[in-house]
Amino acid sequence: MPQGFIENLYVFLLAGFLGFEVIRRVSPLLHTPLMALTNALDAIVVVAAIIIAARRGTVLSEVLGAIAAFAAFSNMVGGFLITDRMLRMFKLSGKKKA
Amino acid sequence: MNITALDPGTVQLLTDVAYIVAIAFFVLSLKWLSSPATARRGVLVGEIGAALAVVTTFFNPELVQFQWVLIALFAGAIVGIPLGLVQMTAVPQRTALSHAFGALAAALIGISEYYLHLHELTKFQVVEISMEVIIGSLSFTGSLIAAGKLQEWLPQRPIVYKGQNYVSFTVLGLALLSAVILVFNPTAPFVFPAMVVISLLFGVMLVTPIGGADMPTVIALLNSYVGLTAALLGFVLNSKVLVVAGALDGSSGFILAVVMCKAMNRSFTNVLFGAFGQLQVSAHAQLEDRTVHTATPEEAAAILSAANTVLVVPGYGMAVAQAQHKVREMLDVLLKKGVDVKFGIHPVAGRMPGHMNVLLAEADVPYDRLVEMDAANSEMPQTDVALVIGANDVTNPAAKTDEGSPIYGMPIIEVDHARTVMVIKRSLNPGFAGIDNPLYYEDKTLMLFGDAKAFVSSVVKELTGGGE
Repeated sequence: MPQGFIENLYVFLLAGFLGFEVIRRVSPLLHTPLMALTNALDAIVVVAAIIIAARRGTVLSEVLGAIAAFAAFSNMVGGFLITDRMLRMFKLSGKKKA
Repeated sequence: MNITALDPGTVQLLTDVAYIVAIAFFVLSLKWLSSPATARRGVLVGEIGAALAVVTTFFNPELVQFQWVLIALFAGAIVGIPLGLVQMTAVPQRTALSHAFGALAAALIGISEYYLHLHELTKFQVVEISMEVIIGSLSFTGSLIAAGKLQEWLPQRPIVYKGQNYVSFTVLGLALLSAVILVFNPTAPFVFPAMVVISLLFGVMLVTPIGGADMPTVIALLNSYVGLTAALLGFVLNSKVLVVAGALDGSSGFILAVVMCKAMNRSFTNVLFGAFGQLQVSAHAQLEDRTVHTATPEEAAAILSAANTVLVVPGYGMAVAQAQHKVREMLDVLLKKGVDVKFGIHPVAGRMPGHMNVLLAEADVPYDRLVEMDAANSEMPQTDVALVIGANDVTNPAAKTDEGSPIYGMPIIEVDHARTVMVIKRSLNPGFAGIDNPLYYEDKTLMLFGDAKAFVSSVVKELTGGGE
């Protein structure tokens, strides 16, 4: 097995456990914003798309990279936007609209 | 600023540092999401991390042509902004659509990696790319089908036929077989595109048979597939930032899927292959000659204002009737009268995990009035009135008592333990899952027949006018 794979597997396992512990503590109250936020964070694949699309490659790789950049970046922008919109709505009693 | 002035080593170092900072920010972002008080700070930190990573990427010296990328990013923002501004009732289908986009992006990058390095791939890399592309492709079409069902462009009911699971598994088997062929002969003509097409087809076949009531679980599962795809892409590209982001997203989706399954007393296999919602014929039989008690809006208003404690149990029916703003008006009036009103939220209320909380928050219901199922149940015996609005199965006592019921074992909000139960409902027709609810025939239950919005607004009118 390639060395890179082993390293990545370490990172994957640790990040998985970390994610599990952190996310388990998110109140069910916020499960919808949680899904929207993780979607936006997952859209970090856009960095890979940018490299593929802007690097000298084949026509196919550049086109696929550009489509991927489009799809991922729309997730990033829309995901952060809707998460913040939802969170702004959550208010405690007695606090009127800002 | 001249980018070429920096030597490649420095750029590489800066990129690595930026990505590490981005990852740290992502983890903090999720950590701060744990409570509403810090959650918005979490979003901000996530945004900074993402922006940092994206901007740094542009300094990569290998990048030579920017026009298409910039157009793509611009178009992404143009599409992303309206998708960030949809109504709260449309958030589930928006989420499913964004899963589709995420899966698409990851799958396309995997596909282009395959064709770029076709002749130099090791067996191991072929395995990685194949897994990535298979899961990405099936998550893409699966999420599109889920979005279509939630948007009601596709039928909500499960679409099933005989031997379906065998056919589906055969299709998945063909996709895996293609991957095996590629491992031994990475350049085998047509096998790679065939694998992509078969995986896309499998995604459709995976989600089509699943009914609308199971969509919360399906969305969460697809969420975790999309995260897994991104993590696998990180393996393919040897990019730690993708591995971590994917692992975080994947574990989040997985946790939510487990929460949803527990809330419905189902297993993953049962959700994916059980085709719920077509078996409960037997429950209908004894419907006819039982009596129910009904009440008018005036009577309901009188009972509510005489109560000390009221628990509202909202379901998606409330949102369909657009009644949540009227319900908030009722909350305000009752609070002013000194009635303690809380909302009991079942984990599967709404169409995705946590959806009902967002719908009520949008209607300005303060979140300290929202209680989770277990807390609601422990307060239930001291509750004077439980008011059920647009919810059915999640209050059905048959889930506790009737072993023959299809929802037997599902945790419910035990409104039948409150002193009085009022149910706003259009008619006695069984709900979405087609299961009869014995709650409606109990002596302490009052049925309030009518449209939820109209009924609640008459109650509000009665409370404000008829009060003092």
